[in-house]
Amino acid sequence: MLSGILLFNQKGENLIFRAFRPDCRPRLADIFRIQVISNAQVRSPILTLGSTTFSHVKHENIYIVAITKSNANAGIIFEFLYRFVGLGKQYFGKFDEDAVKNNFVLIYELLDEILDFGYPQNTDVDVLKMYITPDNLSSAIRSVSAPSSDTSKITMQATGAQSWRRGDIKYRKNEAFVDVIEDVNLLMSATGTVLRADVTGQIVMRAYLSGTPECKFGLNDQLVVGQVVHGIDGPIGNQDGRKATRAAAGSVTLEDCQFHQCVQLGKFESDRTISFVPPDGEFELMRYRAVENVNLPFKVHAIVREVGTTKVEYSIAVKANYGSKLFATNVVVRIPTPLNTASITERTTQGKAKYEPENNCIVWKIARFVGGSEFVLSAEAHLTSMTNQKAWSRPPLSMTFSLLMFTSSGLLVRYLKVFEKNNYSSVKWVRYMTKAGSYEVRF
Amino acid sequence: MNEQGKVAELRQELVNSGKKDKNHAAKKNALKKIVANMTMSNNDMIALFPDIIACMQIPVLEIKKMCFLYLQHYARLKPDIALRALPVLQEDMQDTNPLIRALALRTISYVHVREFVEGTIEPLKKLMMDQDPYVRKTAAITVAKVYDHDKRLIEVSDLIDRLNRMLKDDNPTVVASALSALQDIWERNENIKLTIDYTSASKIVSILPDCNEWSQTYVLEALTSYVPQESGEALLLAERIASRLAHSNSAVVLTCIRVIMYLMNYISDQRKVEELSRKLSPPLITLLSKPPEIQYLALRNAILILQQRPEVLQNDIRVFFCKYNDPIYVKVTKLELIFMLANKSNISVVLNELREYATEIDVQFVRKAVRAIGKLAIKIESAARLCIDTLLDLVNAKIPYIVQEATVVIKNIFRKYPNQYESVISTVIGQIDELDEPEAKAAIIWIIGEYADRIENADALLQDYLSTFHEESIEVQLALLTATVKLFLHRPTKGSSLVPQVLKWCTEETDDPDLRDRGYMYWRLLSSDPVTAKKVVMGTKPPISAESEKLDPTTLEELCLGIGTLATIYLKPVQQVFRAARPRRLQDSPALQRKKEDLSRALGSPGMNLAFPSLLNTTVTTPGGTPLGGHQAAIEAADEYFKNLSLSDNSGGDILTSPTTGGVAGNPYVVSQNAPQQVYHPQAGVAGNGDLLL
Repeated sequence: MLSGILLFNQKGENLIFRAFRPDCRPRLADIFRIQVISNAQVRSPILTLGSTTFSHVKHENIYIVAITKSNANAGIIFEFLYRFVGLGKQYFGKFDEDAVKNNFVLIYELLDEILDFGYPQNTDVDVLKMYITPDNLSSAIRSVSAPSSDTSKITMQATGAQSWRRGDIKYRKNEAFVDVIEDVNLLMSATGTVLRADVTGQIVMRAYLSGTPECKFGLNDQLVVGQVVHGIDGPIGNQDGRKATRAAAGSVTLEDCQFHQCVQLGKFESDRTISFVPPDGEFELMRYRAVENVNLPFKVHAIVREVGTTKVEYSIAVKANYGSKLFATNVVVRIPTPLNTASITERTTQGKAKYEPENNCIVWKIARFVGGSEFVLSAEAHLTSMTNQKAWSRPPLSMTFSLLMFTSSGLLVRYLKVFEKNNYSSVKWVRYMTKAGSYEVRF
Repeated sequence: MNEQGKVAELRQELVNSGKKDKNHAAKKNALKKIVANMTMSNNDMIALFPDIIACMQIPVLEIKKMCFLYLQHYARLKPDIALRALPVLQEDMQDTNPLIRALALRTISYVHVREFVEGTIEPLKKLMMDQDPYVRKTAAITVAKVYDHDKRLIEVSDLIDRLNRMLKDDNPTVVASALSALQDIWERNENIKLTIDYTSASKIVSILPDCNEWSQTYVLEALTSYVPQESGEALLLAERIASRLAHSNSAVVLTCIRVIMYLMNYISDQRKVEELSRKLSPPLITLLSKPPEIQYLALRNAILILQQRPEVLQNDIRVFFCKYNDPIYVKVTKLELIFMLANKSNISVVLNELREYATEIDVQFVRKAVRAIGKLAIKIESAARLCIDTLLDLVNAKIPYIVQEATVVIKNIFRKYPNQYESVISTVIGQIDELDEPEAKAAIIWIIGEYADRIENADALLQDYLSTFHEESIEVQLALLTATVKLFLHRPTKGSSLVPQVLKWCTEETDDPDLRDRGYMYWRLLSSDPVTAKKVVMGTKPPISAESEKLDPTTLEELCLGIGTLATIYLKPVQQVFRAARPRRLQDSPALQRKKEDLSRALGSPGMNLAFPSLLNTTVTTPGGTPLGGHQAAIEAADEYFKNLSLSDNSGGDILTSPTTGGVAGNPYVVSQNAPQQVYHPQAGVAGNGDLLL
């Protein structure tokens, strides 16, 4: 497994160097700096040089690098690197160069704990925080002579079946918040056909529940998961016809779902119930994907005409395809312009549009977009003449937005039941939000 | 400030804090500075070693940890001073606090100094039976760590047996740690075998729900050491682990896919195999909503899985369409998958998509997209016309690198479908001025030569290139030589003036041996017998296919046994990238499903000899994968067939796994010598070779 973990800033200075095996030599830091950080040609997150493989991710302004010397499990490597970043954020708020420099001792301590001989160990922040704490929070456990009842609680936790939850959690008010957050992805062709429409959703839970609560979670009455369509290689972009019958309310078809490790997967496999003992606080309970009956919140109609070589005319209409009681916020439409654009004149029926020459696009912002309404932007781009006439690549138009109380997949939370031996009552809250993932329209 | 001054100052801080130092705050601060200097600015702090050792006994965990970090960093440079830390560690390994016991054990076994490694052994034996599971899981991994330092020390001890016994621990994390330690050891020694029988495999599967995510991965990885002896067992196990496909950790998902793919080799019911295959697609696609690096890994593995099980992912081509902001490595891999999944019914959508990519900014990606269009023409015959039209469309945009790329693929299309699409020659020739890359020039020159009889001004076109003959790259020069000869054979009158000149250049004025040899060959051929020359030069060419990038079966088998590993990123034979890795093959068993053709070949072969099985044992020594001709092939096939029929006792006993050291050659029931006997799993790379493999 991993031979070492290295952290660098953008200049290539080595901030953290932790070897887990004797084959992780200090000079490897220089090799990574030369071969990856200062090499503009690098196009892959994985680089194998001789017998050494460097796998890296970038976060904020730092590089997080794993060194391996064998044909290691790359899934473990990258999943671990991201988990490490997540831990950094949970510990320090932000995981960037400053955070690393200000907390390097703690980072070394964490690394010593979460990797043993390069094998990832327990990485759950709740349990880790029981015995690895920033030093201003000196807990009793930090002293060498901590009472053995405390330490064995930690060790049982770190190696137990519920490594994600402490047993002694108490809240005066027991609450659970459930956020259903969907990223809707769209790729529409210039002719208006939907090339791809899918939803990647996550259910994030914030559990503030005492004791060891056993939760049961119910989605739509009719939940279909991973129904594979047989027959001909599906007609692309035409799913509506195929599955319209199931679009009836109360049912949702998920292509696939993945769960937090607290969920009993065997139970889900056998009878589709989602039962779990949640970690304390915020966590991602579930992640899912839907491709059928995707409700697209916005329809975009784009007409872009190149007039000769000096002008491009735009007419972009955006229509909100949801109930009039709902409204989307922070709607931004990015409309690409040719690289040799000199100036833009634009007019909108709602919101503000601005040309951003540094990004080669017109940015059209609409703060509040009420359901059912339609807004139009008309614009002209004036181009400077160029000696080398190259065709404009016409990158797709893209949108970002967020829309509360709406799910593109149609997923609903029916219930969340909490069972605990003290039988307390608990309050549950559910919110829905749909955001734009990659919402692109070609023109 | 110079280094010495700094060291002196830090020492001062460390030592002088004295009694007033409440909670050792000053010491902590000094230590932090030392650790910072040691790791971040690479200042040499080794002079402080004795002072650090003095601090080790301060009963503050944080101070202890910093001192231990220092020890790990400098022990190898100053082993004599480091030795003074040994008693502290040994004492800590007996501490009442399990966290301290584990910390001390972890630390002592990280130090690559003989006395430390040796000093680990005895306490380790005790700590492997510690009452605290946290200490036990640390101890399990320590065995692998010590093995890494010094194999011999472990081999002469009974530590591997003890490690083996830990597989019966009632704590799942301890079991998983022991499994990963065993696998780690096993990867480094060719003589160690690791076999898991069905009962044991079944037992470790049952602890999966109680394991944390990483432990689940280690347990799943261990399952590839289980060789199913019965189809039903393999199926049951595959179905039992399938629920792991819904785990949110991609390492669990990919490793689970690996194990299911592995078990499928031993399942006879094809319906069940298909059912399992279908379960693999959705989780693989869901990984595409993970960060780009994990997407990349999932996509590379999708390419692999698709070659082994084409039924996977069949309906999902759309999910591989590129997003504009995908990183380039994701885009390029998606493009490969789109190419693989394209077929008659989706080709028009695919072509529209590829045409879109051909207008993007990244030159490398655009080129690959254009190339893919050309390759699709070769892959799907009925779509060739559509592909060519798309290519011509792109060529008309006159973007030089698109034109060059298109020229190269159009040449291949001409080769694949002779006498069908020659009507586009004029369009291609029309772009000749845009070409400046050798590959594209060579392609257009090949077209000119091949169709010299239809291109009216072929001689003039060649003449243009010939005027700069000596400046061209060797690839272009070779193409020019051949094209000129073809022109001469097609139209002797036009070529007669050019050929002697070119032959002279190639034979007398070049340093390149290939060019000279080819020049002489043509010369002799033309001067001895023009009719034969025409037959030779203009003869029918072997067909080309677009599937050239398919992995050979041995590599495919090996990579499938390593789904999710780094080698799948490269999709090359594992040893090519990881030299020290050991080859992995599917282990034989009565349940191993053979390819149908092997079986029918065996049954129908005249050379099958039932009377002399012992003969078969000794004659067939060719390792699998090498094609054997005729009789020999039949013998081998028969051999393979009977291997499946042989009875074997599965000596598992109650020991979970049994890695035996030394040269104990196991498998008494191997019938054929070409049965894969080696233990698979890649070996950790040890040899440091400076080769670049990008």
